[in-house]
Amino acid sequence: MASVTLSIQKTAEAASPAISPTLLSVRGLTTSFATPEGEVRAVNDVTFDLKPGETVGVVGESGSGKSQLFMSIMGLLAGNGRATGSVRFRGKEILGLPAPALNRIRGEKISMIFQDPMTSLNPYLKVSAQMVEVLRLHKGMDKAAARARAVEMLDLVRIPEARRRLDMYPHEFSGGMRQRVMIAMALLCRPDLLIADEPTTALDVTVQAAILDLMADLKREFDTSIILITHDLGVIAGLADRVMVMYAGRVIETGDVRDIFAKPGHPYTRALLRSMPRIDSDTLEELPTIPGQPPNLQHLPVGCNFQDRCLFRFDRCVVEDPALLPIDPALGLARAKACHLEHSPEAYSPEVRR
Amino acid sequence: MTAAPAPLLSVRDLKVSFPMPRGMFRGVDHLRAVDGVSFDLFPGETLGIVGESGCGKSTLGRAVLKLIEPTGGTVAWLGQDISDLPESRMRPHRQDMQVIFQDPLASLDPRMTVGDIIGEPLDTFHPKLKRVERRARIEEMMAKVGLLPEMINRYPHEFSGGQAQRIGIARAMILNPKLIVCDEPVSALDVSIQAQIVNLLMRLQREFHLSLIFISHDLSVVRHISHRIMVLYLGKQAELADRDSLYRDPRHPYTKALISAVPIPDPDRERNKPRIVLTGDLPSPLNPPSGCYFRTRCPRAEAICAETAPGFDPVAPGHFAACHFRDG
Repeated sequence: MASVTLSIQKTAEAASPAISPTLLSVRGLTTSFATPEGEVRAVNDVTFDLKPGETVGVVGESGSGKSQLFMSIMGLLAGNGRATGSVRFRGKEILGLPAPALNRIRGEKISMIFQDPMTSLNPYLKVSAQMVEVLRLHKGMDKAAARARAVEMLDLVRIPEARRRLDMYPHEFSGGMRQRVMIAMALLCRPDLLIADEPTTALDVTVQAAILDLMADLKREFDTSIILITHDLGVIAGLADRVMVMYAGRVIETGDVRDIFAKPGHPYTRALLRSMPRIDSDTLEELPTIPGQPPNLQHLPVGCNFQDRCLFRFDRCVVEDPALLPIDPALGLARAKACHLEHSPEAYSPEVRR
Repeated sequence: MTAAPAPLLSVRDLKVSFPMPRGMFRGVDHLRAVDGVSFDLFPGETLGIVGESGCGKSTLGRAVLKLIEPTGGTVAWLGQDISDLPESRMRPHRQDMQVIFQDPLASLDPRMTVGDIIGEPLDTFHPKLKRVERRARIEEMMAKVGLLPEMINRYPHEFSGGQAQRIGIARAMILNPKLIVCDEPVSALDVSIQAQIVNLLMRLQREFHLSLIFISHDLSVVRHISHRIMVLYLGKQAELADRDSLYRDPRHPYTKALISAVPIPDPDRERNKPRIVLTGDLPSPLNPPSGCYFRTRCPRAEAICAETAPGFDPVAPGHFAACHFRDG
């Protein structure tokens, strides 16, 4: 029944973009790890929705919880990790599903790609064996049909001479090609959602550009929803429709990509944008920096997690943890920040700086 | 550079090749990692070296310091040819040339305290230094690089990546060197920490009139920190120019492609900028293409590019490019 409803919804959406069903709905997701030093909360009360065909960029530094958030959603947490809250995929709760049920969703409906392609490719198996297995398992295809589909997919990600290369081992590909093979595998079953965790971080810029172009094509051609996790704001600027900024396990700002880059609301987002050297401008003076380093998740301060590094801290920040609240009431949580500062240009004037 | 001071470092036609045995009794191939590189580095100057993985940029950085023995060409340090100096006679120069690496934690001995790591070069070159004075110099340097001197007895694992890189910089700086080769020093760091380390290196350079060779694949960081920039492709120089000429008026198609591929953190600019897409992968350095090494991926390649290797010739004052069509 679900698939019938979906196809109707997709047509309806094409006709009137105002009706946009939610593909993924995350509510109050909290992930903790039991460590010898006590419990560490890596993801703290994260709530967001993702629409079909939408690309959300998730930005954050190491330890911000951006990867663990999606490992929790995919049921891939380490043994000492525990996730609570709710994750609904097309209305169906998937958080805490047993592995066999999850496996029917993972790989077919939701795929994940990583920074290091060898985390998803088996070095001992030919690419053909790995790709054919996925299709036989999820789609029940016979071997010949599966091979044909695999070649088609390798062509799509622009692996030259795909038919010949299908029977090669992962190590016989260059780094950029391996990344493309991994993307081809992730797309074999035409997933509704692709989660890409730092997909281009280990690649050279020219290869990165090609992979980003490829992802933009996927977005256009298949209406795939993409969650793009990265520390690189340039990559986000090129691909994302919406942005979520994470800090110390929390979402501290969300919004439309143009709005976030033009009018960042949280001091952390502002500082992050300003501290990046840019290829398109001459900068001779010092780079603006964010002083200090991200907080230790085991000893989070009372009040705002960013207070120690914030240039705009005031009395309220050290006593009250700011909630993620709408900046623009009309947009609700689609444009929100977790900061006590008023959202106005005056709030960031140099006089306010401490 | 109008008064033309004497260069600190003069590199001419430098070559490094690694023997790659083909198999028993089948002879040896030579992988030419650095293939005829020439440049000068002046006191107080930062030379950025960019290129993709496998272009030879790290090998070049090490060969200049003679951490890898060059197989051809010369390296002159303050006018003296050091290419054939035995290590014993290199030693006095060693304190003037230092290196910092990409992975700050991996390059620090986990069993040594921070103070001993930073002080190790002092023990080697000034073994008679009094303990009190040694400690004073270490603490002074820790303060200079933004570490709290009271952390002197801590161990590397107690530090974050950014702080560990500061330890590496303090160790490199303790002998007051003239040159530091920085091999991807900020690539492993978070964005907010990168800016701190880049600022620190620039501040130290001004204060101590240091020369830096800054090796990186990140063209945005290189633009920010460098005075001049060299672009390497398969071990050869594609282009060399001062910072503004290189980024505003790149002449080599490879440089143009590299610059156009860097994402700009601005959604409208990033989505509307012209992009030069390179086809294919980097050719194997064991079997480079005939003529121009870049021609297999070059959007402008013509017949002449397969026949003749372009010279590395001036296109404007101080601006060099290795391309048959260097009009831009």
